[in-house]
Amino acid sequence: MLSQFRRCFIPTSSQMSSVVVLRESLQSVILRHCSTASDFRIGEFTDKYLSHRKVEFTEKLEIPSPYQQSTIPIYRVTNSEGEFIDPNYDPDLTKELAIKMYQNMITLHQMDKILYDSQRQGRISFYMANAGEEAAQIGSAAGLRDDDLMFGQYREAGSLLYRGFPLESFMHQCYGNAKDIGGGKQMPIHYGSAKHHYVTISSPLATQLPQAVGSAYAFKRERNGRVVIAYFGEGAASEGDAHAAMNMAATLKCPVIFFCRNNGYAISTPATEQYSGDGICGRASGYGIHAIRVDGNDLIAVYNATKAAREIAERNEPVLIEAMTYRISHHSTSDDSTAYRSTEELTTWNQKDNPITRFRTVLQNKGWWSDEEDKAYREKMRKEIMSAFLNAEKIPKPHILSMFDDVYKEMPKNLQEQRNELAEHLNHYGKHYPMKDFQGI
Amino acid sequence: MTLYHLAVERMALRGKIVKSLISLRRCASGIAFVPSEPDPSLGETTRMNLCQAVNNAMDIALANDSAACLFGEDVAFGGVFRCTVGLQEKYGKDRVFNTPICEQGIAGFGIGMAVCGSTAIAEIQFADYIYPAFDQIVNEAAKYRYRSGNLFNCGKLTIRTTWGAVGHGGLYHSQSPEAYFTHAPGLKVVVPRGPIQAKGLLLACIQNENPCIFFEPKLLYRSAIENVPIGDYKIELEKAEVVKEGENVTVVSWGTQLHVALDAVNEIEKEVGVSCEVIDLRTLLPWDVDRVVKSVNKTGHLMITHEAPITSGFAAEISTKIQERCFVRLEAPISRVCGWDTPFPYIFEPFYLPTKWRIVEGIKKLIDFQH
Repeated sequence: MLSQFRRCFIPTSSQMSSVVVLRESLQSVILRHCSTASDFRIGEFTDKYLSHRKVEFTEKLEIPSPYQQSTIPIYRVTNSEGEFIDPNYDPDLTKELAIKMYQNMITLHQMDKILYDSQRQGRISFYMANAGEEAAQIGSAAGLRDDDLMFGQYREAGSLLYRGFPLESFMHQCYGNAKDIGGGKQMPIHYGSAKHHYVTISSPLATQLPQAVGSAYAFKRERNGRVVIAYFGEGAASEGDAHAAMNMAATLKCPVIFFCRNNGYAISTPATEQYSGDGICGRASGYGIHAIRVDGNDLIAVYNATKAAREIAERNEPVLIEAMTYRISHHSTSDDSTAYRSTEELTTWNQKDNPITRFRTVLQNKGWWSDEEDKAYREKMRKEIMSAFLNAEKIPKPHILSMFDDVYKEMPKNLQEQRNELAEHLNHYGKHYPMKDFQGI
Repeated sequence: MTLYHLAVERMALRGKIVKSLISLRRCASGIAFVPSEPDPSLGETTRMNLCQAVNNAMDIALANDSAACLFGEDVAFGGVFRCTVGLQEKYGKDRVFNTPICEQGIAGFGIGMAVCGSTAIAEIQFADYIYPAFDQIVNEAAKYRYRSGNLFNCGKLTIRTTWGAVGHGGLYHSQSPEAYFTHAPGLKVVVPRGPIQAKGLLLACIQNENPCIFFEPKLLYRSAIENVPIGDYKIELEKAEVVKEGENVTVVSWGTQLHVALDAVNEIEKEVGVSCEVIDLRTLLPWDVDRVVKSVNKTGHLMITHEAPITSGFAAEISTKIQERCFVRLEAPISRVCGWDTPFPYIFEPFYLPTKWRIVEGIKKLIDFQH
């Protein structure tokens, strides 16, 4: 066996093809240290096939069952009552930061209520709320540097809010009015802001994940110290692009954090019909990336985990964070979730483990926040949001012919012709179109 | 030693690897490549085949722009067609690198790089394998600027991929999928017909601030040799080129098929004395309508020929547009000589392709058309 193997391998470089010559030096090093074929092969498998992870032969025929392996634990700092379980993990947030995060959660919640209702009244066409996932969004945003690039799915408005995206801008986008910095081209909640390093949301799921890896690679080459965070739901993690992204991030060593919001449902599909493994986190070791599962309703746990993940990502090692949470809201305004889940389940989550109330207790225990302040802040934000909302509603839609802008950097001739054709058509048939809602032509 | 010379040396060394992938002798369709003359204003030239011209273009792009990266499956060792030979040694492993085998990942990764302002030159090994990346290209790359109101864009992305029949490529090493992409506003789709065009058009794509797909006719990689200017030059996108002037019939094509068309045109001019004008469209999206209109208004006859299947192929778009714009000048119905509506077959390739003889026959019918 051994001699046979050696016959295959030992030929000198002169007998090898040109491609093999390139690898000659490497192989001769290995050869010197290998006394047996098994040693040689273990060396090869360890170094070349398994990225230097030491592997051994075994003579036991065992096919491990995934159910024998322990699941990855859920990291938490506070319990559902907002008490620190191990005070050593209190990150010593400044009062200022803690209150900012809390207020952002309240604002997001209030904004959701107003915009959700406005859709119900037919004032905007579509909305997706964030209820139950406020801590996952805001805690992770707070754990990053403000110039780290964010790629989102669609349920991360809180991360953008944390970065200081104005309430007015959220409203303008949902209305697609002339002040929408996105030009009124996309459905509501597809926010984006270059100023806030938040890449514009698109509807196709998981497409942002390999893109985030490419951006992280660009940052690595620029040595600018920035990292990229890519948010996605556990449903989107089933897409091929999620696989592509994690594998590429690991093999190309990119400073990226994959942040999965595992909220138990992808529209009506429960997580048990989405995957059979140890959640999303359980996949990470298969790709060779760091991973942590975190209590997504524990703002401090999410914040700590993201901060720690960022330090790893900065060393060009990707990290996956799976935040375990629950989608309190319907999937969207086009969905009635009572058709596939019980009201009781929903109420229990909302009452027993609400991320906002949990963090409020933390603040109150520190003496940083009171019920009066809470009530007053909610009311203040409700008014501010309503005012921004009503203001946005009054602003006309953009210039009709701006529909043709930004398809390309410059406008090609065929588009110029089509723009003129529409303008000419509207000259004659404008009365059949909602001209008055727009800035004109 | 220029990179070009280095590349030639390496190619000679490793030629054996390539021969199994491409063998012109086995190419039953046997196209006759018609070289172009370089623009004298572009200065010194050297002989390059299409593969070397592509290599040379990327060499220039990487030299000009330190943020430019080149990546895809097997590009690090020089690529399975040898288009990237010598580039990793010259520019480093962080700029020319292999990716895992995952086309959607390659396209998505390239978009992400471009979003951050880096120049991304992504390679898809065969155009036949671009479909896993279709979503990233059509839903993402093409729509990035538009949907964000120009807040973000991936204009610095170029996707290169080998394209077209090769003699024995069967279903998945022969396809011409350009028409799938010409239906996606936001993309530029470009096909060169030879080394001079390949270099100038590829450099234009790389510098263009819109996502571009650059299809490289793989049959021409080695068979097409021209005197290519060694300097940095670009050929303007969205401009067709009249390769041969003529009076009676306009023939429009691109890529390898352009040479088949030229061959057919020479044949018919000899045989029946019909004068044909041959136009290389070069950029398919957005395409140069005016140049084709001008020609058809002169000749009154139009034939479009491409390798891809006829139904919904790009000839359908050209045909309709020209019918709209040149209705009163047309003396016969527009003729399309294309691949049949079948998958690209292996052993039947000589009968599948829109050959010189099918074009000859088509032009005769055009000229003989009776009202």
